[in-house]
Amino acid sequence: MSTVTTADQHDAHHDHKPTGIKRWLFTTNHKDIGSLYLMFALAMFFLGGAMAMVIRLELFQPGLQFVDPQFFNQMTTMHGLIMVFGAVMPAFTGLANWMIPMMIGAPDMALPRMNNWSFWILPFAFLILIISMFLPGGGPDFGWTFYAPLSTTYSNDSTALFVFSVHIMGISSIMGAINVIVTIVNMRAPGMTWMKLPLFVWTWLITAFLLIMVMPVLAGVVTMVLTDKYFATSFFDAAGGGDPVLFQHIFWFFGHPEVYIMILPAFGIVSAIVPTFARKKLFGYASMVYATASIAILSFLVWAHHMFTTGMPVFATLFFMYTTMLIAVPTGVKVFNWVATMWRGAMTFEVPMMFALAFIVLFTIGGLSGVMLAITPADFQYHDTYFVVAHFHYVLVSGAVFSIVAAVYYWLPKWTGHMYDEKLGQLHFWCSLISVNLLFFPMHFVGLAGMPRRIPDYALQFADFNAFVSVGGFLFGLSQLIFLWVVIKCARGGEKAPAKPWEGAEGLEWEVPSPAPYHTFDTPPEIK
Amino acid sequence: MAKTRSWRWSLPALLLAGQAHATGSQFNMTPGVTDISQRVYDLHMTIFWICCAIGLVVFTAMFVSIILHRKSRGVEPATFHESTKVEIIWTAIPVLILIVMAIPATKVLIAMEDTSDSDVTVLITGSQWRWHYEYLDYNIDYFSILATPRGQIEGRLPKGDNYLLEVDRPLVIPTGKKIRFLMTSDDVIHSWWVPAFAIKKDTNPGFINEAWTMVNEPGIYRGQCAELCGMDHGFMPIVVIAKEPEDFAIWVEQEEARIAAIREEEQRLLALRMDIDEQMALGERVYLAHCAACHQPSGEGLPPMFPALKANRVTTEDRAEHIKVMVDGRPGTSMASFARQLSLRELTSVITYTRNAWGNDTGDVVQAVEVYEYMQGKGE
Amino acid sequence: MNAKHSTLIGKLSLLVVAMFAFGYALVPLYDVFCDITGINGKTASEPVSAEAAIIDTSREITIEFIARPNQQMPWIFKPEVRRMRVHPGEIHIMNYLAENPTGRAIVGQAVPSVSPGQAALFFHKIECFCFTQQYLAGGNDMLMPLQFYVDPALPAQFSTITLSYTLYDVTSQWQDSGQDTATEFGE
Repeated sequence: MSTVTTADQHDAHHDHKPTGIKRWLFTTNHKDIGSLYLMFALAMFFLGGAMAMVIRLELFQPGLQFVDPQFFNQMTTMHGLIMVFGAVMPAFTGLANWMIPMMIGAPDMALPRMNNWSFWILPFAFLILIISMFLPGGGPDFGWTFYAPLSTTYSNDSTALFVFSVHIMGISSIMGAINVIVTIVNMRAPGMTWMKLPLFVWTWLITAFLLIMVMPVLAGVVTMVLTDKYFATSFFDAAGGGDPVLFQHIFWFFGHPEVYIMILPAFGIVSAIVPTFARKKLFGYASMVYATASIAILSFLVWAHHMFTTGMPVFATLFFMYTTMLIAVPTGVKVFNWVATMWRGAMTFEVPMMFALAFIVLFTIGGLSGVMLAITPADFQYHDTYFVVAHFHYVLVSGAVFSIVAAVYYWLPKWTGHMYDEKLGQLHFWCSLISVNLLFFPMHFVGLAGMPRRIPDYALQFADFNAFVSVGGFLFGLSQLIFLWVVIKCARGGEKAPAKPWEGAEGLEWEVPSPAPYHTFDTPPEIK
Repeated sequence: MAKTRSWRWSLPALLLAGQAHATGSQFNMTPGVTDISQRVYDLHMTIFWICCAIGLVVFTAMFVSIILHRKSRGVEPATFHESTKVEIIWTAIPVLILIVMAIPATKVLIAMEDTSDSDVTVLITGSQWRWHYEYLDYNIDYFSILATPRGQIEGRLPKGDNYLLEVDRPLVIPTGKKIRFLMTSDDVIHSWWVPAFAIKKDTNPGFINEAWTMVNEPGIYRGQCAELCGMDHGFMPIVVIAKEPEDFAIWVEQEEARIAAIREEEQRLLALRMDIDEQMALGERVYLAHCAACHQPSGEGLPPMFPALKANRVTTEDRAEHIKVMVDGRPGTSMASFARQLSLRELTSVITYTRNAWGNDTGDVVQAVEVYEYMQGKGE
Repeated sequence: MNAKHSTLIGKLSLLVVAMFAFGYALVPLYDVFCDITGINGKTASEPVSAEAAIIDTSREITIEFIARPNQQMPWIFKPEVRRMRVHPGEIHIMNYLAENPTGRAIVGQAVPSVSPGQAALFFHKIECFCFTQQYLAGGNDMLMPLQFYVDPALPAQFSTITLSYTLYDVTSQWQDSGQDTATEFGE
């Protein structure tokens, strides 16, 4: 499994690095590209967050106060697209770029030039998406799920830009995924056998396969939307023999694995952090790997649980209800394994551990509401209400985003060579933890009480909780400014970090100095 | 009024979550007013408590560990890291719990899908942003639109008790009878949701869906569209009035008479000339209810999706085209045909109104006969 | 780039292309799946030959006919009767009245949908106006026939079948495709 220095890699391994903008534009270094991805994700997180603030501002009180309904719909659509494709996915790709080569003892990613491309087309995708909002008629306003025919016959012309932008995002993701797979399969250091791989690498390998399987399907479905709108095809138009429900089948065939693309790497991160701070080996390593793989496989069999109200026959509904419930089993195994890892460990509670613990609790809450949503008769009442909004924000914000934040705190000393400010980090954690629950917990109640999602104005019985939720939202938004401050402060200086700043940490990344040198593992390390 | 309920009520209530049981609870699903909705509610509460129990077990183990097994207490970490026995147990137990949940869920689902042997059938058609109800057993059909005045939405007027949950013409059904709903749509996908009946079903354009209910208690039940259907998705409520069968029979008679009267009036109208003031007054009401959502009360529209009617070529010059667009709609856009949605009188008045409002000032007074002739194909 | 990388990249790219194709393949697959299971209530778009099916006089099925012009379709479109009670196996004809009250020729396409969806598999059309596009000159009307029978194999749980037609104005698609409505329909 030794890595051969090829001509390609040789380019990337010149000792001097260009300075200034050229370094970042032309870089093929996995660490630089990882940093670019992470900075881009952070910028998009704040942009998508700003849109969420607009949404919460309008929903603070009943009545229309700040924005008109059409702009409100653009906000919910863009918030979803930016957070999913601009913040969470690039953040995970950034972490993969930084950490996977170091974790498996490789000198770089397998395909450094493609790596550069897959990052640099991303800003253009989002530029196009954002520009579409300034066209006459506004940007996409049909929800991030762009159900036909709302996104075809009844949409405005920004749809063409939306489709183009999604295509570019898809190409970027696919290139990134191919890179990750080739790196992991071909470039592991000698002795780094499959069952020795850190779980973060395992979860990313499986995620990359999911990406390759479903991003082309997304590309296909947006293309169908485009041709239905502009080129007189009728995939989803009943008048021409099509079926609007078919759109939902194809979309969710992509959409459900997509959900796991956004959570599997989080499982990997938590599986790295919990053992470190519990000073005890991860419980059930092998079952973690198998659980991840089964979640990935099951994700292809559950898509229609997003479509229980479309009028599927009973047998299909039952099939999707049972498969969906089944996902709780491997997911449960993971949670139990983390708790068992903590059990009789010797825990300390630095910021990464705090976020990881919050992840386990809050993700479990999101998982349990997921089980409730799987129960079809009850789902008829939950579907498209704030209960669903609460559910997926628990798994995506206090799940995926918390895991990314935990990862940043965990590896920041390795990246910058400085320890982050522990006090500020703890402040960030507690502010985030409290506000995220103020923000999302009451959404369960308004949803159960009957408030539909994606509405700019609501009936009076929902007023109290919405005001509450909005306050939580503003606080959560402000709390993230502390995070920005901590990261900038740490990048600029601070206490020197040792090669292994965490007592219980294991893995190759801790065997190189902090900050990690520009080139690591030019000669493969020895694996014990 | 937006803030009549106080914060003091919200906070303790948060802690009592899950215990609420009354209809219209602020915190929990409604048990509703049908046997099915009650079963759905019971199912919901069962799985809710099971999930709470699972959460309690997991979080207790976790927090005990956090409290006891911390380095600051001087503990030495254990070294165990796998146990096939334990792992099999905690794979098997969730499977058993899931089976326990799946059995009642399957039973309720099968009961919900059985639409056979109904007494009354209503065809529900969604369109942007109104519902159309057609009783297949009677000569009754009408549109149902939001009745909340724009002033309340924009904060110029105090908000009423049923803010955004009130319509001009509610759906009326008899109690104690099996009502079958057939659902479809004229444009995008909508979703007809009345929580008290535990019915939420998408209306798909070109396709037909079914649902049924049997309401036990007379009353007024409110719901909303649940599938994003464009700009005014938040403004297409549903109101259902359940009446005793005798009262329902009376209503059917009155409603059939009302609709027949409108048809008759239309014939009379053809001979009649309405003056401009009468048309402008009615036209404005119709415009605000049916047109203003897209074309805006100011007539300025939201271009390019919803063109301005103010100083528009069609509304100021091309009178024939204006009538044609109103009657036929514009295929491929959101502009629907209003021929079946508005009465002839309303249709005529709103055309006159848009030709004279906001400085359009054409002075045109369109008459019912002109619109009628176009509809009958004699206009060209 | 070394050979090991190239082989793997090749395989992965192939997977990407295959999955893109699969996305499109879902369209016909869905149709096939629907034809087998009746999942979306679409009836067959081709006529069946009238087989001498055994008439099951032991039970009656209610057929409900719904006809709706789409809101941008100005035709008047109605079934002759709303409901019909039939024995499985019997062949019936049902006429739909179509009237074009406008002053111009319009081409219509009726899109069928059956509820409950699975019953669509047992609802056989020998002849139907929905198999082709229908042309109607301005001011004219016509009767459009549907000849059908219900399969005696219809499971006992179905006692009512609702057949709905939504009528769409497809005139512009004819013009778009460069065919003149009048010549196409021999007027």
